[in-house]
Amino acid sequence: MQQQKLLSSRSLIVVAVLLAALALLPTMASRYYIYLVALMMVTGLLATSLNMVLGFGGMYQFNHAVFYGAGAYAAALLTVRGGFNPWWGYLLGPVMAAALSLLMGIICVRLSKLYFGMLQISLGSLVWAVVFRWYSFTGGDDGMHGVPSPRLIGSIDGAYYFVLIVTVVCLALMYLIVNSPFGRVFQSIRDNPERAEAIGVNVHLHQLIGLVIAGFFGGVAGTLFVTVEGSVFPDMLFWTLSLEIIIMCLLGGWFTFLGPMLGAGIVVSLRAVVGIYTDYWTMVLGIILMLLIFFLPEGVLGFFTARLGRGRAAGEGD
Amino acid sequence: MLSVQGLSKSFGPFLAVADANLEVARGEVVAVIGPNGAGKTTLFKLITGQLKPDGGRVLFKGQDIAGLSPHRVCRLGLSLSYQVVNIFSRMSVFENVQVAVLARRRQVLRLFTPAAHLAVDETWEILNSVGLAEKAAVTSGTLSHGDSKVLEMAIALGNRPELLIMDEPTAGMSPEETRAAMALIRRLNTEMGLTILFCEHDMELVFNLAQRIMVMRQGRTIAQGTCDEVRCDEKVQQAYLGGHDHA
Repeated sequence: MQQQKLLSSRSLIVVAVLLAALALLPTMASRYYIYLVALMMVTGLLATSLNMVLGFGGMYQFNHAVFYGAGAYAAALLTVRGGFNPWWGYLLGPVMAAALSLLMGIICVRLSKLYFGMLQISLGSLVWAVVFRWYSFTGGDDGMHGVPSPRLIGSIDGAYYFVLIVTVVCLALMYLIVNSPFGRVFQSIRDNPERAEAIGVNVHLHQLIGLVIAGFFGGVAGTLFVTVEGSVFPDMLFWTLSLEIIIMCLLGGWFTFLGPMLGAGIVVSLRAVVGIYTDYWTMVLGIILMLLIFFLPEGVLGFFTARLGRGRAAGEGD
Repeated sequence: MLSVQGLSKSFGPFLAVADANLEVARGEVVAVIGPNGAGKTTLFKLITGQLKPDGGRVLFKGQDIAGLSPHRVCRLGLSLSYQVVNIFSRMSVFENVQVAVLARRRQVLRLFTPAAHLAVDETWEILNSVGLAEKAAVTSGTLSHGDSKVLEMAIALGNRPELLIMDEPTAGMSPEETRAAMALIRRLNTEMGLTILFCEHDMELVFNLAQRIMVMRQGRTIAQGTCDEVRCDEKVQQAYLGGHDHA
């Protein structure tokens, strides 16, 4: 009894409809909206990758943008400076981000909670400073522009479909991981690291693997950004972006799988709209954060799933 | 099976455990008693590796485990059920027990197998045996205190330990819940053959369950023996039972 399925039939339908809509989008929408939705997916993938450690592992990763930037820069540098085929860049970018994540993880993983986050920020800022200053190699604060894409995905539609496919595959992989024994145990560490250790879990090893996974998928998001924008710049690694991704996770619901995706969608579209009227985007973000803390501590998706759950319990079954 | 020899631990100037000695044979139920602050919880944490001892030895199945990290101690077959409820509060009751089973089976690093298909039968078996099966889907943070203490035990059982250490298993339970817990502990010993070491303030429970008792006072072992021996021991009466002969 009680053999749970990985996805309920209802959520399967929702996912299928969403995917169909996303697949048909380029036939209906203008160039700008295609670009905007692609950016939402990239940012959503980035936020979801952070949430692997933040929401499911309980680790305060405050420098996640660094792995986004590392993936993007690795891909761009390999293509532009190394003369590699762009495909190689897309493949090796995430690997490099994962390697960087492993390195930082080894240094930080023994620290608890906030101390972990603080050291992450300082190490991340170090990477940012190198990228920002090293004009001859990384282009310094100008970044790099006109990074070539493979011809197959050179058009905006091609880039869009590439982003869509890679994002869906990555989300599916992360969903599997969250629901695997690794993911279950990771959540137990989030809830109670001391007890997890006492039931025979090597907590630090587990956390380190979690960090590498998050870094890898963050790097994937970075390379996808390169395919969409064709450029990289040091702001991608800056700590303010790290903070923005955390807000996305909290906004969408950091104890839900798709929450960060939703949060990213909201933030990206809000910025697109608000950006027309005002330059004070960060102020808007601050107000959102305040409202969130007071009224939706579980995030938007967390709020609705809790509502649905209660309704179902009251109605005695589906 | 377990032999603690001259174990000591201090926190700054405070000597929490000074000279603890304890023998537990396979299949026994042994109780540790002593007034508040006698060092019982510290002793248990020293045995399970959550604290590192300053001196002394802890032999488990002949191997010195003093100073090993908790996850290593656990893998040797020794698990602890906590005094303060110490569970995975955002996860369901089922998942709480399941992670312990997964940890014991060393399946925790599997990344792409759905957890819903692993360790399911064994988890249900444990939930059934402790009487939590009906609440399997409940988020564990919302359980009543009595139920969380039972879940606490169930998590420890998920490791399928040879020696189960319980720190005040019935603390804060209602009389009814205490009776149920007592029956459960006895069943674990007789039916599943678990060796059990526990500490408790409820003397009725101690004399009912334990075959042997170790008495601690100010971090030292002052007596060790069968219930009758301990009851008649003069030092124990002075230190703990208040000099009266009615316990």
